[in-house]
Amino acid sequence: MVIEQKPANLLDVSQIRADFPILQRQVKPGVQLVYLDSTATSQKPQQVIQAMDDYYRSSNANIHRGIHVLAEEATALYEAARERVSRFIGAPSARQIIFTRNTTESINLVAYSWGRANLEEGDVVILTEMEHHSNLVPWQILARERNIRLEFVSVNPDGLLDLDSYKDLLKREPRLVAFTHMSNVLGTINPAEEIIRMAHDVGAVTLVDGAQSVPHFPVDVKQLGADFLAFSAHKMCGPTGIGVLYGRKDLLESMPPFLGGGDMIKRVHLRSFTNNELPYKFEAGTPAIAEAVGMGAAVDYLSSVGLGSIAEHEKEIVSYALERLEEIPGVWVFGPEAQYKGGVVSFTLAGVHPHDISQILDMDGIAIRAGHHCAMPLHEKYNLPATARASFYLYNTQEEVDKLVNSIYKVKTLFG
Amino acid sequence: MDDLYRELIIERYKNPQYRGRLDPHDISFEDENPLCGDHIRIELRVDQDDRVTDALFDGHGCAISQASADLLLESIQGKTLEDVKALTKDDILEMLGLELGPVRLKCALLSLKVLKAGVYGLGEANDDLVE
Repeated sequence: MVIEQKPANLLDVSQIRADFPILQRQVKPGVQLVYLDSTATSQKPQQVIQAMDDYYRSSNANIHRGIHVLAEEATALYEAARERVSRFIGAPSARQIIFTRNTTESINLVAYSWGRANLEEGDVVILTEMEHHSNLVPWQILARERNIRLEFVSVNPDGLLDLDSYKDLLKREPRLVAFTHMSNVLGTINPAEEIIRMAHDVGAVTLVDGAQSVPHFPVDVKQLGADFLAFSAHKMCGPTGIGVLYGRKDLLESMPPFLGGGDMIKRVHLRSFTNNELPYKFEAGTPAIAEAVGMGAAVDYLSSVGLGSIAEHEKEIVSYALERLEEIPGVWVFGPEAQYKGGVVSFTLAGVHPHDISQILDMDGIAIRAGHHCAMPLHEKYNLPATARASFYLYNTQEEVDKLVNSIYKVKTLFG
Repeated sequence: MDDLYRELIIERYKNPQYRGRLDPHDISFEDENPLCGDHIRIELRVDQDDRVTDALFDGHGCAISQASADLLLESIQGKTLEDVKALTKDDILEMLGLELGPVRLKCALLSLKVLKAGVYGLGEANDDLVE
């Protein structure tokens, strides 16, 4: 998918950087941090840290049950966060926002609850070759248990999904199509609306892994038409430990509970229970309350900056990074051209293992990621044991790309 | 004493005017509030014009849940089922004369949720009915 070229206000990156305390840090004396690993987890602005700190300093209590000022405040803050997240992705109702631990747990929730209630031996589930392990393993577990068939949309040499192979697979009448909105390795932004429309044409349910899309460009579930959307707070300026599953209401209502315990019940007897309503049916036990508050502050922060502007900024940075990296002899960049991707660049350098690249870059304060990025099958396909990955967010600058490039030249010199 | 326990609420809790069972009845529904363990059952009789001729509730729970049920049933005597469907959260809060936080709001709205689920003939009550 090509990100629409909307007129967006240019970000005031120096002002944004001032919001992120960690970006002021020197990783060792005289070496400023250059954080190029936001695809793994983003840094957190003062506004998010402050909201969580305020919560613990003045409103901390368990939610939904207590009848005292703190419990009322904590409940109101937790539910207000749900409302904010709901508006952020254009959900019809906040009750369709289930708080989970992260994207992985959200996908597991669908696999365990919807999957076990709906999939039988021989049923087809379509995934893609560019999935993160979190959207592979839950389905593999179910395939072992239920003997369902997993089919994979192939990735073409340009790093894009092969939609012809997808069309062929749809003839097998899949029950579910689950795919990543944006690859965490290739950076490819998949044509989600089209994939969903085609899936719905054959009666399949759709699940979108939005871990890399929701933080980086505007995602509206109504426009997308997705039946399920999973994402994590920590990749979008929020805390770790909280994520979201959005689901179509009728599907969520018909699904059995995932985890059992407190808060997900209406009534419990020694041998039976009745389910609570949405969204509580899927939120067993004391949830991550401060983290929900932090996530609410994070979506406020991102909205105040503007997702369109963030996407535009990342597009500029990634285009510049591709241009600069491709000029380095021996560097091979993995993934599609800038117009098809978000702010992720995975690459290799001839004769140098990605772990060594990362280690040497770290001496210059540059944080990138090296490895298979939880997408081993994609690396196997390209016959690569590992890649180095630099990823960008709203706070990154072209100067940081220049530092990256200079350090890669150092690596080359070192390795001769 | 705080506003939450106004005389009206204590009075209705101690001496409800519309507590009991109707046998036979035309409409009945029951549900509970998992937060406090409040339980409300409502039974209605309606005439040919779909007007409520009798309405009683039964159950147990906190003063707010029980008083709100009593006040709600008083307010619907002689009303049509369409009038009942049109009732909202604000009507209940006005009857109670209270502003409530999110936890206690569930107690106050349980009776309306039960009443509307019954009138709509739903299998299960849900919070959409009272928003």
